[in-house]
Amino acid sequence: MTNGTTRFARRLIAASAAALATITTTALAGNMNLQEPASPIADSVYDLHTVITLICFIIFVGVFGVMFYSVYAHRKSKGHKAAQFHENVRVEIAWTVIPLIILILMAFPATKTVIAMKDTTAPDLTIKVTGYQWKWNYDYLQDGFNFYSTLATPLAQIEGREKKGENYLLEVDNPMVVPMNKKVRVLITANDVLHSWWVPAFSVKQDAIPGFVRDSWFVATKEGTFRGQCAELCGKEHGFMPVVVQVMAEDKYAAWVADQKKKVAAAADDPAKVWEQGALIARGEKVFQANCAACHQANGKGVPGAFPALDGSAKVNGPKADQIHILMNGVMKDGKPTAMVSFKQLSDTDIAAVITYTRNSWGNKTGETIQPAEIKAARG
Amino acid sequence: MTSATHGVGHAVPGEHGHHDDHAHHDDHHHGPPSGFMRWVMTTNHKDIGTMYMMFALMNFFIGGIMAMIIRAELFQPGLQVVEPEFFNQMTSLHGLIMIFGAIMPVFVGFANWQIPLMIGAPDMAFARMNNWSFWLLPPATVLLIGSLFVPGGSLSAGWTLYPPLTVQQGMGMDMVIFAVHIMGASSIMGSINIITTILNMRAPGMTLFKMPMFCWTWLITAFLLIAAMPVLAGAVTMLLTDRHFGTSFFNAAGGGDPVLFQHIFWFFGHPEVYIIALPAFGVVSQVIPAFSRKPLFGYSSMVYATASIAILSFIVWAHHMYAVGMPAAGQLFFMYATALIAVPTGVKVFNWVATMWRGALSFETPMLFACGFLFLFTLGGFTGLVLSIVPVDIQLQDTYYVVAHFHYVMVAGALFSAFAAAYFWMPKWTGVMYNETLGKWHFWLSMIGFNVTFFPQHFLGLAGMPRRIPDYNLQFADFNMMSSLGAFVFGGSQLLFVYIVYQCYSRKGEKAAANPWDGAEGLEWTLPSPPPYHTFETAPEVK
Repeated sequence: MTNGTTRFARRLIAASAAALATITTTALAGNMNLQEPASPIADSVYDLHTVITLICFIIFVGVFGVMFYSVYAHRKSKGHKAAQFHENVRVEIAWTVIPLIILILMAFPATKTVIAMKDTTAPDLTIKVTGYQWKWNYDYLQDGFNFYSTLATPLAQIEGREKKGENYLLEVDNPMVVPMNKKVRVLITANDVLHSWWVPAFSVKQDAIPGFVRDSWFVATKEGTFRGQCAELCGKEHGFMPVVVQVMAEDKYAAWVADQKKKVAAAADDPAKVWEQGALIARGEKVFQANCAACHQANGKGVPGAFPALDGSAKVNGPKADQIHILMNGVMKDGKPTAMVSFKQLSDTDIAAVITYTRNSWGNKTGETIQPAEIKAARG
Repeated sequence: MTSATHGVGHAVPGEHGHHDDHAHHDDHHHGPPSGFMRWVMTTNHKDIGTMYMMFALMNFFIGGIMAMIIRAELFQPGLQVVEPEFFNQMTSLHGLIMIFGAIMPVFVGFANWQIPLMIGAPDMAFARMNNWSFWLLPPATVLLIGSLFVPGGSLSAGWTLYPPLTVQQGMGMDMVIFAVHIMGASSIMGSINIITTILNMRAPGMTLFKMPMFCWTWLITAFLLIAAMPVLAGAVTMLLTDRHFGTSFFNAAGGGDPVLFQHIFWFFGHPEVYIIALPAFGVVSQVIPAFSRKPLFGYSSMVYATASIAILSFIVWAHHMYAVGMPAAGQLFFMYATALIAVPTGVKVFNWVATMWRGALSFETPMLFACGFLFLFTLGGFTGLVLSIVPVDIQLQDTYYVVAHFHYVMVAGALFSAFAAAYFWMPKWTGVMYNETLGKWHFWLSMIGFNVTFFPQHFLGLAGMPRRIPDYNLQFADFNMMSSLGAFVFGGSQLLFVYIVYQCYSRKGEKAAANPWDGAEGLEWTLPSPPPYHTFETAPEVK
């Protein structure tokens, strides 16, 4: 190497080293490290990462200190004569055994954390998370409500027609809400393809696998909003299905749950409501299509020899109490259940609607309207 | 070669000398036919090696253009350049083409050229199969690239092909599956050829433990390929039948399991990492001693370390899957096994540094790339160690930290070592010295471009940027811009390499001596540069 190129190379090395150092400092100053932990597990993961990175850094500096010293001092251009050694059993054993010992020491805290992460027993609250292309559903199993959570960033921001907000692509319409300092167990699954539910501040990342339910847990130790993203490629909108979790103090959380329950109740049908016949028939047709038409057929003719016709049926045109009884209890023949099973899992309104529909369709002209209250009464 | 084509091989320098020396001997064996048919029909290891390398170079640029499109889209937040669906096709094909089309073929090319020269064999053991294993590759690439132009576009589910997303894809996916099948068949044939050549065709006196390290690493790699490639073929075949023939291997609704695919894929995929890395280790083990003018330190421990890495590579696959939700015992097993790989890998790094220690070092381009390899590959190894720790990996899985990690291993590792090999042996292959000044420029621009591209990605990953997304939050904007700028420099500087290669192959430059490197040792350097079309027809004696 000529002197000129050596100088050039030295400058380049110095410049690159400076550049790497600058990138690292900017990164650490600008919060480009692991996110600030907000759960005990995330705390230990953060520390684990710091310790291991430091150990690696020290070894790195040691090994490449030797290499760069060699690069500097043992140059041919400086007239250095090559030694001819090529073996040293002691040294070779040392640099096999010492790394092994370092690894074993690193394994201890890591193992402890793994076991802690896997302990999903005795949760205070269980939420089922389902991944869809491309949104999340949060089902509060103990409280009986669920909702979808989709990206709230407007398309105009994505396409650059509007200024991008601070939480660009990390904001949703309905965040998941959890109480602070409670052990929350999340059951994670997917409806279509793989997704991965990830909240960096809690150190929870669990793939959502269609057909399988996996679980994870966290205890959020800070109030506030925590943001993550789907971490497993799930199709074209993969980059646009954020995970947002809002952590509330316990009393606020209780108020939020009560509020959600009220919304569910409001959305549900009131069995005391008195319906117009037309509205009930329209709804009844949908219920019929979904639950009855497979056997009794859409035209009400049934399948001769297998499933009775409803069109012109004595039961459907007879006293309404009998028909209600059949829907609530199913039909038994010779003491054995038949294909006509009980449909009492349907709501009062749905049962009332489907009975009203069958009694006023095809050739059936009873003119009767069955109100949800009658079904409620029949349930006893 | 047929006698009809005899005598038209003067395109190959060195032919004359050869001709004079052996004028009495097997005339019909001599020159290659000229023109296109020479390359289609050839069974000569040197021709096939050259074709492998040129094919790899072409794919390197195709995959590189895809990388440039990816970085252009990620240059700033928002969707500007391409649609998300096309972006996903770019990331998927970039991975497949770089791995199967560029890195693997280039090392097979080196093996074809160098193994017979290094062990004193006249050619590869199965010369015709050698031709076939190369010529299977272009159709595979045509399928891969062609899949971009069919309805529904190409694979957009990542190079890892995870179902159920891959079951949703269009016919482009089937083309990718067939391409993978063909490339797998080619690799298996290539491996059988390499193993047979090394085990049966060594010159008298060339015992296994006298072989150059490059031959050792390829011998071990070839076994890895034979063990791993059929597993991949099985996995993609199951995908194919799930897609078209009503099976449910990976469909829970039919009693299957999507995670099963990941287990099978990574049982291939992790050895694949070492299929790429081991020949790179081999190259570096040739280059560093040559430019340190000192024998390789710890030759036999290098062999054992390589074998240990190969064996361990089969029991660590699930470290790619910590986030699927394995039981704690599974996670712990794979964590310990993975961390264990650091030991033999460490031995290799220490051996290389000890080889340099108290040598007489000079820094021609091959040595620069070898040092760049050593430095950056080790950095990639350390981030690999960080990732082996399950709780840390849970945070970093599928983020840019992983992208940075495997590019340090694959690019600064395998690619830099491939450049080291190209500069080291190109004078031998072409008989012409490459342009040293341009070579140095190529190294430094690559080194700086590479680090500016990938070093910031560690921090993006730590801060929470997932991989395989076309758009991102504003907090990631600065580092992405930096990364894109680095990528454009890195990508652009590869054109220099093409120019340097062009100069050598069009014989523009200083004529190379039989051994242009005063520290290089081995049988290949006893031959003229370039070597005659047929070499070691009489086996040399190795003492």
